[in-house]
Amino acid sequence: MTSIAGTKREKNSSGQIRAEALFKRTLVLIGCAMVVLVLGILLTLVIESIPSLKSLGLKYLWGKTWDPVNNVYGAFPFLLGTLLTSFLALIISIPFSFAIAIYLGEYQPKGWLSNFLKNTVELIAAVPSVIYGFWGLIVLVPMVRTLEIKLGVLPYGIGIFTSALILTIMIIPYSASLGREMIRLVPSQLKEAAYSLGATRYEVIRSVVLPFTKSGLFAGILLSLGRALGETMAVTMVIGNTSLIPTSIFAPGNTMASVIANEFTEADHTVYLSALIELGLVLFLVTVVINMVGKRIIKRFTNE
Amino acid sequence: MQVRVKYRVVKSKLAQALIVFLAFVITLPLIAIILYIFKEGITKINWTFLTHIPKPVGESGGGIVNALIGSILIVFSASVMAVPVGILCGIYLSENKTGRLSYWSRLCVDVLQGVPSIVIGIVVYFWIVKPIGSFSAISGSVALAIMMLPILIRSTEETLKLIPFSLKEAGLALGLPYHRVILKVIVPCGMSGILSGILLSVARIAGETAPLLFTAFGNPYLNTNMTKPMQSLPLLIFNYATSPYDDWHDLAWGAALILLFTVLLLNIITKLTTRKWNVQL
Repeated sequence: MTSIAGTKREKNSSGQIRAEALFKRTLVLIGCAMVVLVLGILLTLVIESIPSLKSLGLKYLWGKTWDPVNNVYGAFPFLLGTLLTSFLALIISIPFSFAIAIYLGEYQPKGWLSNFLKNTVELIAAVPSVIYGFWGLIVLVPMVRTLEIKLGVLPYGIGIFTSALILTIMIIPYSASLGREMIRLVPSQLKEAAYSLGATRYEVIRSVVLPFTKSGLFAGILLSLGRALGETMAVTMVIGNTSLIPTSIFAPGNTMASVIANEFTEADHTVYLSALIELGLVLFLVTVVINMVGKRIIKRFTNE
Repeated sequence: MQVRVKYRVVKSKLAQALIVFLAFVITLPLIAIILYIFKEGITKINWTFLTHIPKPVGESGGGIVNALIGSILIVFSASVMAVPVGILCGIYLSENKTGRLSYWSRLCVDVLQGVPSIVIGIVVYFWIVKPIGSFSAISGSVALAIMMLPILIRSTEETLKLIPFSLKEAGLALGLPYHRVILKVIVPCGMSGILSGILLSVARIAGETAPLLFTAFGNPYLNTNMTKPMQSLPLLIFNYATSPYDDWHDLAWGAALILLFTVLLLNIITKLTTRKWNVQL
């Protein structure tokens, strides 16, 4: 009787030991899988863009004409479009995101009003980009057109400026929430010291809080730039999708992401498709570098 | 002296007013978007809208049942693929804080989080669509699953890190094998964080369009075969919103309302569950 129970327990425990080993192996395997996944993405992009790298070379990046019909590929209009929309959005967003960060981090960290603002910011980040695009196309484009008529420029409505406006709304949550975290890390002794010297609230923010959080706020801006560069759908819907070099910020254009979205399924020969994938590769590398740098800065900042 | 102090105080007050104003301006676009989509969408939604496929151009009426079912299928199968992998990887990273593999693994999760969604679409096109030879719903699910992973992994890792080490020690001291300590003690304790990670990642991918453009592709007809092209709500909104036809715009508004409220609801539920579960812990 006891021997039967003994073997049963032995069997059971050896089973458990095997299960334990299996579990540990699965965990390691899945850890490896993440590395393989990212390397796979990189490799696929590189391999598939070889035809374009071979036949177009590096001058592809600053070629000014994009004319697939005649097999001429130059990515400069899209690089310019991406940079213009992203940096314009960044510049417009900075006052707002800093204001939110300072309000939530310094003026009113608690209370229903700041909760409301915090939830609003989170919901803004949650709205799908295609919905921003649709709303922008129907509501924002006519508004921009009226503005353009008043300014006396060609009233396209769609274009770089409209896309930048949509992007602004979309990226504010990222830099705002990060900025808030950073501002809350400011040691209260520093602020109290400044207050006890007779500084006003504004002076404390300007000469204690902001200098202390400088690098953290910069990292927040970098991460939201990463978002803006890769954003596809909302921009595609309001930018106008022309491959000409934009002549002003009100002109229609195209970004790297939006040209991929528009032309990928139409690309009918190898070099054309491969040129689009090379754009994807550039986009991938740029956003990865920006994200890594941003996260490094934040890590260093929060560890200090 | 008095004037100088007054000047500084006024300046401080003005700065505060400006900051409060700028901070709350951001609520306007959100309210405007929600109200506008509600106004345009609510009149389009009725029983036909929910149970019929879109009519051809020129005929009014029709519905978006193909996109509704497509979205549910694609998102569901993406979750089935991503949730176990994401949670296990989160466990791995929280259990192995140092070490070369976990360093690289963590770095790759960071990289994955920043990859633009359109790039994932391209890559999955070459991994699945091209070898098979046709667009398919399952390839869309794979693309969305890749997008879910970093959110799931991060939230699991962050949650499990916070669980006291003594719990694990107690489990091991009772002679429980390692995997049972993790799965029966540690994971249930972190359930709230993991659950909110799952909900958040679903909310995030439910509205993703870019990775589906070259994978699920879209389909004007009702399809439940995962190996065939399938419509989804974001794809339908994109295709119909950029079309010149008013009837199609109507369908897109209705679809936008359904999508927006699903996503916002998921986010709100996430908040409530986290709060509730936190109290229980």
